[in-house]
Amino acid sequence: MSASKEKYTEAQYLEVDQYQPKTRTGRIANYVDTRVGGTGMIREFGRKVFPDHWTFMFGEVALYSFIITVLSGAFLTFWFDPSMATTRYSGSYAPLQGLEMSMAYATALELSFDVRGGLFMRQLHHWGALLFILAMSVHMLRVFFTGAFRKPRELNWVVGCALLILGLGAGFTGYSLPDEVLSGNGLRIIDGMLKAIPVVGTYISFFLFGGEFPGNEVIPRLYTLHIFILPALILILIAVHLFMVVTHKHTQYPGPGRTERNVVGYPVGPVYAAKAGGFFFIVMGILCLIAGTFQINALWNYGPYDPSPVQAGAQPDWYIGPFEGVLRLMPGYIGDFSLEWVIPTPWGGNSLALPVLIPMIPVALIFLGLFIWPWIEAWITGDKKEHHLLDRPRNAPTRTAFGVAVMTNYLIMWGMGSNDLIATHFGLSLNDITYWSRVLFFLGPVIAYILTKRICLALQRKDREVALHGHEAGVIEVSPEGGFSEKHKLPSEYELWSLVSYEAAAPSGPRPNAKGKVTAMEKFRSRLNRMWFEDRVEPVSREEYLEALEHHGHGEHTEGLEAAQSRGEIGPGTGH
Amino acid sequence: MAEHGNGDTGAVVTTGEGESGGYAIDNPGLPPHRPRLADVDEKYAKRSERQVSVLFFISIIGTVLFFIGYFAVGRMDSFDDYFEGMSALRVQNTLLGVGSALAMLGIGLGVVHWAKTLMPDHEVIEDRKPLRTEAHRQEAEQIVTEVIDETQIKRRPLLRNTLIAAALLAPLPALVLFRDLDRSEDFGVERMRHTLWGEGVRLVRDPVGTPIRASDLTIGSAMHVIPETLREIPGHGARLSEKAKSVVLLMRLHPDDFGDQIPGREDWTHEGIIACSKVCTHVGCPVALYERHTHHLLCPCHQSTFDAAENFKVVFGPAGRPLPQLPISVDEEGFLIATSDFTEPVGPTYWERGHTDPEGDYPKS
Repeated sequence: MSASKEKYTEAQYLEVDQYQPKTRTGRIANYVDTRVGGTGMIREFGRKVFPDHWTFMFGEVALYSFIITVLSGAFLTFWFDPSMATTRYSGSYAPLQGLEMSMAYATALELSFDVRGGLFMRQLHHWGALLFILAMSVHMLRVFFTGAFRKPRELNWVVGCALLILGLGAGFTGYSLPDEVLSGNGLRIIDGMLKAIPVVGTYISFFLFGGEFPGNEVIPRLYTLHIFILPALILILIAVHLFMVVTHKHTQYPGPGRTERNVVGYPVGPVYAAKAGGFFFIVMGILCLIAGTFQINALWNYGPYDPSPVQAGAQPDWYIGPFEGVLRLMPGYIGDFSLEWVIPTPWGGNSLALPVLIPMIPVALIFLGLFIWPWIEAWITGDKKEHHLLDRPRNAPTRTAFGVAVMTNYLIMWGMGSNDLIATHFGLSLNDITYWSRVLFFLGPVIAYILTKRICLALQRKDREVALHGHEAGVIEVSPEGGFSEKHKLPSEYELWSLVSYEAAAPSGPRPNAKGKVTAMEKFRSRLNRMWFEDRVEPVSREEYLEALEHHGHGEHTEGLEAAQSRGEIGPGTGH
Repeated sequence: MAEHGNGDTGAVVTTGEGESGGYAIDNPGLPPHRPRLADVDEKYAKRSERQVSVLFFISIIGTVLFFIGYFAVGRMDSFDDYFEGMSALRVQNTLLGVGSALAMLGIGLGVVHWAKTLMPDHEVIEDRKPLRTEAHRQEAEQIVTEVIDETQIKRRPLLRNTLIAAALLAPLPALVLFRDLDRSEDFGVERMRHTLWGEGVRLVRDPVGTPIRASDLTIGSAMHVIPETLREIPGHGARLSEKAKSVVLLMRLHPDDFGDQIPGREDWTHEGIIACSKVCTHVGCPVALYERHTHHLLCPCHQSTFDAAENFKVVFGPAGRPLPQLPISVDEEGFLIATSDFTEPVGPTYWERGHTDPEGDYPKS
């Protein structure tokens, strides 16, 4: 913008001062406008177009459940005291009366039993947090499988990944606050994992807990993280995220009338704003209903934290599942050989807790991979173009297959977080489940990759068939010659456009660099590129389409021919 | 900017990108707009209006329901009868939830229904703005070049280098400030090698604190144990931290069930009574479950399983080390006592743990 260099006339300045609004609304609008320039905003957003599709809703759900979680959390802070100072419980929950406990647990109980609506708000807060992370996860899957992370939206994808991790952090810190047995054991596991980190781990644990576990410092520290630092970061990143959505304009699915250069959808005012605004109330209503009718984290059953007791079948919140599951999956010994190594040193050796460290690798790889995926994919495919039209997942078979493979791996870890409950509920051997999951951890993603890729390619072929021959109408006709044939209904040009307007690039060989040399890295890239593109189904070409139209034009003949073929009167032809 | 009503005519689409050319057909443009019932017949529009207002009315009922739940259901201070109190709480919670759910859903569904049936449903086409134009890019580049020139940072490397050095060092104090997150007097890893156990410390029941005679344990039974000295520790937090290291599981096996004991541990048991740390060597959960027939100990967090008869060796799960055993005996009054502290650090493995001599001596550090 070269605004600074534009020249304005005196009349333009005077216009601003001299304008006299006629109505009351006009006066208010003018007051604001002459001070902060509101018309610019209304001109920008008042009729801004947003594409509409049900899969675009998950991001909205995430935003709304975050707002609801912040509001309900703010309510809880008025009663909750995150102190580890000792008190003797004297509230109205009889079974715990007279017990020594921390202020944190006592006030969490007070909120549940003695503050009217406190239990409801606690449950709303907890369910809201679960939904927040669930909605973020599903939103990310949508973005991944439709290729919405591609240029120019790579950085917004990174912001989204950071939001997911911050959300997990906010969830876990909140889960730990009530200071009862269940969350205390969760913290104990965190302590054990921290201590496994080589060189600095023990001290990180000391600094977090203010000494040895559990000490009496950790709850207030988690509280600061939970109600200030993490939500503030999340809020800032949400602002950045939405700002970028406005800058890029939303992506849209391919379809009639839609191109890489336009946005097709409803204007913000009034339709989109009404739908999105109304949807906030719907999300809140559903969360209220769940919070009022489904109990969550009945912390009065657990008792104050004590390092000695533990419950069998204890489960973390759903989103911690993979982290917990991968710990359970890992064997500590292979045969009689312990994976816990001692590195000999002059001062008596240092310990490497590999049974704890190795499980961190797949989780770390998945999250690191998430962050850098847009660049990895662009590097492999060599695609540097801007994309505003989404991919239908089937039209990007390798990405879809790879995504499902990683998901499978993640879900196996997640399921293993409940291996004890799976064992008790289905009457299976816990050990067998664990052994099989260790196999599936490696084999599952491979199977998922192959299956998904085949399914995608099959769906693409189905699309081709529909584009060329139409939908099966379910009507069987008998020709005068006695041949049977099924009627096909040709798709409308609008449907046809959705079926044929995708790109299926062919593999591109290694390209020499500026010096004319093909590097080893480039050869590796081109191998991946071949893997990426070699199995592909081309979209229907113009020639094929015209030929098929021709074919339908002489329908009777061909149908007769096919019928004769099926009766075996004519030798097998090439078919179609 | 916005082109209303294009939908009706199947708007012509700009195909400036030259992509459509490659496809089987040309982009047909937006499908024609199909009017809704409410668009063509005021009767249906009226019906939508009534439906929306009913939804808004349901919302009002929901709000009233919330107040009924809040004010009319069981006073929370009448919790003398536990069950009555709990059921009042349940009713109240349900009413608050259902009431506010109706209040919110009424508004939300009403507004969405309004938008979908009565507000215009014409799709609009808007051009995407290029993220920048070439002219703007050149102008910005020129500004940046000029600004950097004016700072003279390129001509004066001394300025640049000292600034980099200063900027790298400046955040260090912020890091060092966090040193006092742990202000304990015994700061360091050495404290992790010591627990409250020691020669002559009595084993007492957790949490009541009564001492234990060998005869209190029948074969196959187990008991959760803490050191008698735990109660002397002042302060809840400090007591929990000591307890987190010194919780012990005590069990009695048939003497024939024992496998080969590690040399030097022959006198660590008393008449088949054997004691071990209850803190899992994996990540520290309490190994709280004991199965008398197999004499296996199970940690419910990650299912590490240890065999009490075989020096607590790992038989399943992610633990990489046996549970530390506590040497025990009886004092002259016949109560169970420890004969020393644990001979190795209890709990999860940490970097500085290093070698521990199976004979029972710590490495020299």
